[in-house]
Amino acid sequence: MDFRSSEPTVGPRSEDVLPETATAAVKVVIVGGFGVGKTTLVGSVSEIRPLTTEETMTQAGVGVDDTAGVERKSTTTVAMDFGRISINDELVLYLFGTPGQERFWFLWRGLFEGALGAVVLVDTRRLEVSFDVIGRLEERGVPFVVAVNSFPDAPEHPIEELRGALDLPASVPIVACDARSRASSRDVLMALMRYLQSLAATTEAS
Amino acid sequence: MTQPGPGQAWDEGGPERLYVITGGRSGSSAPTALDLVTLIVATSGPGPGMQPEQAAIVRLCQRPLSVAEISAYLGLPVSVVTVLLSDLLADQRVTSRPPVPPAKLPDIALIEAVIDGLQKL
Ligand SMILES: Nc1nc2c(ncn2[C@@H]2O[C@H](COP(=O)(O)OP(=O)(O)OP(=O)(O)O)[C@@H](O)[C@H]2O)c(=O)[nH]1
Ligand SMILES: [Mg+2]
Repeated sequence: MDFRSSEPTVGPRSEDVLPETATAAVKVVIVGGFGVGKTTLVGSVSEIRPLTTEETMTQAGVGVDDTAGVERKSTTTVAMDFGRISINDELVLYLFGTPGQERFWFLWRGLFEGALGAVVLVDTRRLEVSFDVIGRLEERGVPFVVAVNSFPDAPEHPIEELRGALDLPASVPIVACDARSRASSRDVLMALMRYLQSLAATTEAS
Repeated sequence: MTQPGPGQAWDEGGPERLYVITGGRSGSSAPTALDLVTLIVATSGPGPGMQPEQAAIVRLCQRPLSVAEISAYLGLPVSVVTVLLSDLLADQRVTSRPPVPPAKLPDIALIEAVIDGLQKL
Protein backbone atom coordinates (compact mmCIF):
# COMPACT_ATOMS: atom_id res chain seq x y z
CA MET A 1 0.00 0.00 0.00
CA ASP A 2 2.93 2.28 0.70
CA PHE A 3 3.73 2.70 -2.99
CA ARG A 4 0.57 4.68 -3.61
CA SER A 5 1.53 7.57 -1.41
CA SER A 6 5.13 7.94 -2.54
CA GLU A 7 4.92 7.70 -6.30
CA PRO A 8 2.11 8.16 -8.76
CA THR A 9 3.55 5.46 -11.01
CA VAL A 10 3.23 1.98 -9.58
CA GLY A 11 5.12 -1.00 -10.85
CA PRO A 12 7.80 -3.53 -10.19
CA ARG A 13 10.85 -2.59 -8.18
CA SER A 14 13.88 -2.30 -10.45
CA GLU A 15 15.13 -5.75 -9.40
CA ASP A 16 11.74 -7.25 -10.27
CA VAL A 17 11.74 -6.07 -13.88
CA LEU A 18 11.89 -8.89 -16.41
CA PRO A 19 14.58 -8.75 -19.08
CA GLU A 20 13.60 -7.72 -22.61
CA THR A 21 14.46 -11.28 -23.67
CA ALA A 22 11.57 -12.81 -21.70
CA THR A 23 9.47 -14.33 -24.47
CA ALA A 24 7.20 -16.93 -22.93
CA ALA A 25 5.68 -17.81 -19.62
CA VAL A 26 4.27 -20.94 -18.08
CA LYS A 27 2.24 -21.39 -14.93
CA VAL A 28 1.76 -23.85 -12.12
CA VAL A 29 -1.19 -23.71 -9.76
CA ILE A 30 -0.95 -24.31 -6.01
CA VAL A 31 -4.37 -25.34 -4.79
CA GLY A 32 -5.61 -26.22 -1.33
CA GLY A 33 -7.96 -25.34 1.49
CA PHE A 34 -7.87 -22.23 3.67
CA GLY A 35 -4.73 -21.70 5.66
CA VAL A 36 -2.95 -24.71 4.23
CA GLY A 37 0.14 -22.72 3.28
CA LYS A 38 -0.45 -21.72 -0.36
CA THR A 39 0.75 -18.15 0.08
CA THR A 40 3.67 -19.31 2.19
CA LEU A 41 4.80 -21.75 -0.48
CA VAL A 42 4.50 -19.20 -3.28
CA GLY A 43 6.42 -16.66 -1.20
CA SER A 44 9.16 -19.14 -0.34
CA VAL A 45 10.19 -19.77 -3.93
CA SER A 46 9.16 -16.55 -5.66
CA GLU A 47 11.82 -14.11 -6.83
CA ILE A 48 9.36 -11.25 -6.40
CA ARG A 49 7.40 -10.45 -3.30
CA PRO A 50 4.11 -12.27 -3.89
CA LEU A 51 1.49 -10.14 -5.62
CA THR A 52 -2.26 -10.31 -5.44
CA THR A 53 -4.59 -10.19 -8.37
CA GLU A 54 -8.33 -10.06 -8.19
CA GLU A 55 -11.02 -11.55 -10.29
CA THR A 56 -14.64 -10.59 -10.13
CA MET A 57 -17.51 -12.72 -11.15
CA THR A 58 -21.20 -12.32 -11.34
CA GLN A 59 -22.51 -15.33 -9.56
CA ALA A 60 -25.61 -15.89 -11.64
CA GLY A 61 -25.24 -17.75 -14.90
CA VAL A 62 -21.70 -18.88 -14.30
CA GLY A 63 -22.09 -22.01 -12.22
CA VAL A 64 -22.19 -24.83 -14.75
CA ASP A 65 -23.48 -27.19 -12.11
CA ASP A 66 -26.15 -24.80 -10.92
CA THR A 67 -29.68 -25.88 -11.35
CA ALA A 68 -32.01 -23.47 -13.13
CA GLY A 69 -33.90 -20.81 -11.27
CA VAL A 70 -31.08 -18.84 -9.72
CA GLU A 71 -32.36 -15.31 -9.93
CA ARG A 72 -30.10 -13.47 -7.55
CA LYS A 73 -27.04 -11.80 -8.98
CA SER A 74 -24.11 -10.96 -6.81
CA THR A 75 -20.59 -9.94 -7.64
CA THR A 76 -17.83 -11.71 -5.81
CA THR A 77 -14.19 -10.80 -5.90
CA VAL A 78 -11.58 -13.36 -5.08
CA ALA A 79 -7.93 -12.60 -4.54
CA MET A 80 -5.23 -14.88 -5.85
CA ASP A 81 -1.62 -14.71 -4.73
CA PHE A 82 1.08 -15.33 -7.22
CA GLY A 83 4.82 -15.32 -7.52
CA ARG A 84 7.39 -15.66 -10.24
CA ILE A 85 10.58 -17.59 -10.98
CA SER A 86 12.77 -16.69 -13.96
CA ILE A 87 13.76 -20.05 -15.40
CA ASN A 88 16.21 -18.60 -17.92
CA ASP A 89 16.52 -15.46 -20.05
CA GLU A 90 13.49 -16.41 -22.15
CA LEU A 91 11.25 -18.48 -19.92
CA VAL A 92 9.34 -17.34 -16.84
CA LEU A 93 7.41 -19.57 -14.44
CA TYR A 94 4.44 -18.12 -12.56
CA LEU A 95 2.97 -19.76 -9.49
CA PHE A 96 -0.64 -19.09 -8.57
CA GLY A 97 -2.16 -19.96 -5.24
CA THR A 98 -5.89 -20.56 -5.37
CA PRO A 99 -8.42 -21.78 -2.81
CA GLY A 100 -9.68 -25.29 -3.34
CA GLN A 101 -13.25 -24.95 -2.12
CA GLU A 102 -15.87 -25.60 -4.72
CA ARG A 103 -17.27 -22.09 -4.61
CA PHE A 104 -13.98 -20.80 -5.99
CA TRP A 105 -13.85 -23.16 -8.92
CA PHE A 106 -15.08 -20.39 -11.22
CA LEU A 107 -11.48 -19.15 -11.12
CA TRP A 108 -10.16 -22.35 -12.53
CA ARG A 109 -10.99 -21.82 -16.17
CA GLY A 110 -8.43 -19.08 -16.71
CA LEU A 111 -6.00 -20.61 -14.27
CA PHE A 112 -5.68 -24.18 -15.42
CA GLU A 113 -5.96 -23.50 -19.12
CA GLY A 114 -2.43 -23.96 -20.35
CA ALA A 115 -1.04 -24.64 -16.88
CA LEU A 116 1.81 -27.13 -16.74
CA GLY A 117 0.23 -28.78 -13.75
CA ALA A 118 -0.80 -28.33 -10.16
CA VAL A 119 0.35 -28.90 -6.62
CA VAL A 120 -2.42 -29.98 -4.27
CA LEU A 121 -1.36 -28.74 -0.88
CA VAL A 122 -2.86 -30.94 1.79
CA ASP A 123 -3.41 -30.34 5.46
CA THR A 124 -3.83 -33.75 7.06
CA ARG A 125 -6.09 -32.21 9.70
CA ARG A 126 -8.63 -31.41 6.99
CA LEU A 127 -8.60 -33.81 4.11
CA GLU A 128 -12.14 -33.10 2.81
CA VAL A 129 -11.21 -30.13 0.63
CA SER A 130 -8.50 -32.20 -0.99
CA PHE A 131 -10.96 -34.89 -2.07
CA ASP A 132 -13.01 -32.43 -4.09
CA VAL A 133 -9.95 -30.73 -5.56
CA ILE A 134 -8.35 -33.99 -6.61
CA GLY A 135 -11.57 -35.24 -8.17
CA ARG A 136 -11.95 -32.04 -10.09
CA LEU A 137 -8.35 -32.04 -11.35
CA GLU A 138 -8.70 -35.64 -12.50
CA GLU A 139 -11.89 -34.71 -14.34
CA ARG A 140 -10.13 -31.87 -16.11
CA GLY A 141 -7.06 -33.94 -16.89
CA VAL A 142 -4.71 -31.61 -15.05
CA PRO A 143 -1.57 -33.43 -13.91
CA PHE A 144 -0.79 -32.86 -10.24
CA VAL A 145 1.32 -33.94 -7.32
CA VAL A 146 0.21 -33.90 -3.70
CA ALA A 147 2.30 -32.04 -1.12
CA VAL A 148 1.61 -32.62 2.55
CA ASN A 149 2.40 -29.58 4.62
CA SER A 150 3.88 -30.50 7.97
CA PHE A 151 2.01 -28.70 10.71
CA PRO A 152 3.25 -29.55 14.20
CA ASP A 153 -0.16 -30.53 15.56
CA ALA A 154 -1.21 -32.57 12.53
CA PRO A 155 -1.60 -36.31 12.89
CA GLU A 156 1.23 -38.19 11.23
CA HIS A 157 0.06 -40.25 8.29
CA PRO A 158 2.43 -42.51 6.48
CA ILE A 159 2.39 -41.57 2.78
CA GLU A 160 0.81 -44.84 1.71
CA GLU A 161 -1.98 -44.43 4.23
CA LEU A 162 -2.67 -40.99 2.77
CA ARG A 163 -2.65 -42.41 -0.72
CA GLY A 164 -5.36 -44.77 0.33
CA ALA A 165 -7.33 -42.07 2.12
CA LEU A 166 -7.15 -39.78 -0.92
CA ASP A 167 -7.76 -42.67 -3.30
CA LEU A 168 -4.75 -41.75 -5.42
CA PRO A 169 -3.24 -44.04 -8.03
CA ALA A 170 0.30 -45.25 -7.34
CA SER A 171 1.64 -43.08 -10.15
CA VAL A 172 0.75 -39.75 -8.51
CA PRO A 173 3.64 -38.54 -6.34
CA ILE A 174 2.97 -37.56 -2.74
CA VAL A 175 5.69 -35.52 -1.06
CA ALA A 176 6.05 -34.05 2.41
CA CYS A 177 6.98 -30.40 2.59
CA ASP A 178 7.50 -27.39 4.77
CA ALA A 179 6.07 -24.48 2.81
CA ARG A 180 8.15 -22.04 4.88
CA SER A 181 11.35 -23.48 3.47
CA ARG A 182 12.56 -22.39 0.07
CA ALA A 183 14.42 -25.64 -0.54
CA SER A 184 11.46 -27.75 0.50
CA SER A 185 9.05 -25.74 -1.66
CA ARG A 186 11.46 -25.92 -4.57
CA ASP A 187 11.54 -29.71 -4.14
CA VAL A 188 7.76 -29.82 -4.39
CA LEU A 189 7.92 -28.03 -7.74
CA MET A 190 10.72 -30.32 -8.78
CA ALA A 191 8.58 -33.36 -7.91
CA LEU A 192 5.85 -31.97 -10.16
CA MET A 193 8.31 -31.39 -13.01
CA ARG A 194 9.79 -34.89 -12.72
CA TYR A 195 6.28 -36.28 -12.79
CA LEU A 196 5.43 -34.21 -15.89
CA GLN A 197 8.66 -35.38 -17.45
CA SER A 198 7.65 -39.01 -16.93
CA LEU A 199 4.19 -38.29 -18.36
CA ALA A 200 5.67 -36.59 -21.40
CA ALA A 201 8.05 -39.51 -21.92
CA THR A 202 5.16 -41.99 -21.84
CA THR A 203 3.14 -39.86 -24.26
CA GLU A 204 6.01 -39.64 -26.69
CA ALA A 205 6.74 -43.33 -26.49
CA SER A 206 3.18 -44.38 -27.25
CA MET B 1 -5.47 -9.69 1.96
CA THR B 2 -7.08 -13.09 1.55
CA GLN B 3 -10.30 -14.27 0.02
CA PRO B 4 -13.54 -12.71 1.11
CA GLY B 5 -15.80 -15.06 2.96
CA PRO B 6 -18.78 -16.74 1.38
CA GLY B 7 -21.28 -14.30 -0.03
CA GLN B 8 -19.23 -11.37 1.19
CA ALA B 9 -19.39 -8.39 -1.09
CA TRP B 10 -16.21 -6.67 -2.11
CA ASP B 11 -16.91 -3.08 -2.85
CA GLU B 12 -13.51 -1.55 -3.43
CA GLY B 13 -13.59 0.22 -6.74
CA GLY B 14 -17.17 -0.87 -7.16
CA PRO B 15 -18.70 -2.34 -10.29
CA GLU B 16 -19.77 1.10 -11.50
CA ARG B 17 -16.25 2.42 -11.54
CA LEU B 18 -15.09 -0.64 -13.46
CA TYR B 19 -17.93 -0.11 -15.92
CA VAL B 20 -16.65 3.40 -16.59
CA ILE B 21 -13.06 2.25 -17.09
CA THR B 22 -13.98 -0.34 -19.69
CA GLY B 23 -16.59 1.86 -21.37
CA GLY B 24 -19.23 -0.68 -20.54
CA ARG B 25 -17.65 -3.46 -22.53
CA SER B 26 -17.32 -6.85 -21.02
CA GLY B 27 -14.28 -9.02 -21.35
CA SER B 28 -16.12 -11.82 -23.08
CA SER B 29 -16.27 -9.91 -26.38
CA ALA B 30 -12.55 -9.16 -26.28
CA PRO B 31 -11.04 -10.24 -29.58
CA THR B 32 -7.66 -11.28 -28.20
CA ALA B 33 -7.30 -14.29 -25.98
CA LEU B 34 -5.17 -13.18 -23.08
CA ASP B 35 -3.88 -15.56 -20.50
CA LEU B 36 -2.91 -14.57 -16.95
CA VAL B 37 0.69 -15.14 -17.98
CA THR B 38 0.63 -13.58 -21.43
CA LEU B 39 3.55 -11.13 -21.42
CA ILE B 40 2.74 -7.61 -22.56
CA VAL B 41 5.30 -5.17 -23.94
CA ALA B 42 4.62 -1.55 -24.88
CA THR B 43 5.64 -0.37 -28.33
CA SER B 44 6.12 3.23 -27.18
CA GLY B 45 5.49 5.55 -24.27
CA PRO B 46 2.03 6.69 -23.18
CA GLY B 47 0.39 8.95 -25.76
CA PRO B 48 -1.80 12.02 -25.33
CA GLY B 49 -5.49 11.33 -25.01
CA MET B 50 -4.93 7.89 -23.56
CA GLN B 51 -7.22 6.87 -20.75
CA PRO B 52 -5.29 7.06 -17.44
CA GLU B 53 -5.52 3.32 -16.90
CA GLN B 54 -4.25 2.63 -20.40
CA ALA B 55 -1.41 5.10 -19.98
CA ALA B 56 -0.54 3.35 -16.73
CA ILE B 57 -0.40 0.00 -18.52
CA VAL B 58 1.84 1.40 -21.24
CA ARG B 59 4.12 2.87 -18.57
CA LEU B 60 4.27 -0.46 -16.71
CA CYS B 61 5.00 -2.44 -19.85
CA GLN B 62 8.14 -0.70 -21.04
CA ARG B 63 9.60 -4.10 -20.16
CA PRO B 64 7.67 -7.39 -20.48
CA LEU B 65 5.08 -7.88 -17.76
CA SER B 66 2.39 -10.53 -17.33
CA VAL B 67 -1.31 -9.74 -17.39
CA ALA B 68 -1.48 -10.96 -13.77
CA GLU B 69 1.25 -8.53 -12.70
CA ILE B 70 -0.42 -5.64 -14.51
CA SER B 71 -3.63 -6.47 -12.68
CA ALA B 72 -1.83 -6.64 -9.34
CA TYR B 73 0.10 -3.38 -9.73
CA LEU B 74 -2.92 -1.43 -10.98
CA GLY B 75 -5.29 -3.00 -8.46
CA LEU B 76 -7.76 -3.82 -11.22
CA PRO B 77 -9.44 -7.18 -11.82
CA VAL B 78 -7.96 -9.31 -14.58
CA SER B 79 -11.20 -9.06 -16.57
CA VAL B 80 -10.91 -5.26 -16.65
CA VAL B 81 -7.22 -5.32 -17.54
CA THR B 82 -8.02 -7.72 -20.37
CA VAL B 83 -10.51 -5.31 -21.90
CA LEU B 84 -8.07 -2.39 -21.61
CA LEU B 85 -5.34 -4.51 -23.18
CA SER B 86 -7.54 -5.54 -26.09
CA ASP B 87 -7.89 -1.91 -27.10
CA LEU B 88 -4.18 -1.25 -26.65
CA LEU B 89 -3.39 -4.32 -28.74
CA ALA B 90 -5.81 -3.25 -31.46
CA ASP B 91 -4.15 0.18 -31.54
CA GLN B 92 -0.73 -1.50 -31.54
CA ARG B 93 0.30 0.39 -28.41
CA VAL B 94 1.40 -2.90 -26.93
CA THR B 95 2.29 -6.33 -28.24
CA SER B 96 1.67 -9.65 -26.56
CA ARG B 97 3.91 -12.64 -26.10
CA PRO B 98 1.56 -15.56 -25.64
CA PRO B 99 2.33 -18.35 -23.18
CA VAL B 100 3.38 -21.76 -24.38
CA PRO B 101 0.22 -23.07 -26.07
CA PRO B 102 -1.66 -25.81 -24.19
CA ALA B 103 -1.58 -27.99 -27.29
CA LYS B 104 2.18 -28.28 -26.92
CA LEU B 105 2.01 -29.47 -23.32
CA PRO B 106 3.51 -31.50 -21.86
CA ASP B 107 6.55 -30.55 -23.87
CA ILE B 108 9.57 -32.48 -22.70
CA ALA B 109 12.15 -29.85 -23.68
CA LEU B 110 10.15 -27.23 -21.82
CA ILE B 111 9.85 -29.38 -18.69
CA GLU B 112 13.58 -30.01 -18.78
CA ALA B 113 14.27 -26.28 -19.06
CA VAL B 114 12.10 -25.69 -15.99
CA ILE B 115 13.93 -28.44 -14.08
CA ASP B 116 17.27 -26.81 -14.96
CA GLY B 117 15.97 -23.46 -13.80
CA LEU B 118 14.62 -24.83 -10.51
CA GLN B 119 17.91 -26.56 -9.84
CA LYS B 120 19.61 -23.16 -9.79
CA LEU B 121 17.26 -21.82 -7.11
N1 LIG C 1 4.27 -25.46 10.68
C1 LIG C 1 4.03 -25.01 9.46
N2 LIG C 1 3.28 -23.88 9.32
C2 LIG C 1 3.02 -23.43 8.10
C3 LIG C 1 3.49 -24.10 6.93
N3 LIG C 1 3.06 -23.44 5.83
C4 LIG C 1 2.35 -22.39 6.28
N4 LIG C 1 2.33 -22.37 7.64
C5 LIG C 1 1.65 -21.37 8.46
O1 LIG C 1 0.27 -21.54 8.28
C6 LIG C 1 -0.40 -20.28 8.23
C7 LIG C 1 -1.22 -20.14 6.95
O2 LIG C 1 -0.36 -20.12 5.83
P1 LIG C 1 -0.75 -19.37 4.46
O3 LIG C 1 0.40 -19.52 3.56
O4 LIG C 1 -1.27 -18.01 4.71
O5 LIG C 1 -1.93 -20.30 3.97
P2 LIG C 1 -2.91 -20.03 2.71
O6 LIG C 1 -3.20 -21.39 2.18
O7 LIG C 1 -2.32 -19.05 1.78
O8 LIG C 1 -4.16 -19.44 3.44
P3 LIG C 1 -5.43 -18.68 2.81
O9 LIG C 1 -4.95 -17.87 1.65
O10 LIG C 1 -5.96 -17.85 3.93
O11 LIG C 1 -6.39 -19.75 2.43
C8 LIG C 1 0.68 -19.23 8.35
O12 LIG C 1 0.71 -18.80 9.68
C9 LIG C 1 1.94 -19.97 7.99
O13 LIG C 1 3.07 -19.44 8.65
C10 LIG C 1 4.28 -25.28 7.13
O14 LIG C 1 4.72 -25.92 6.17
N5 LIG C 1 4.51 -25.68 8.39
MG1 LIG D 1 -3.21 -17.27 1.00
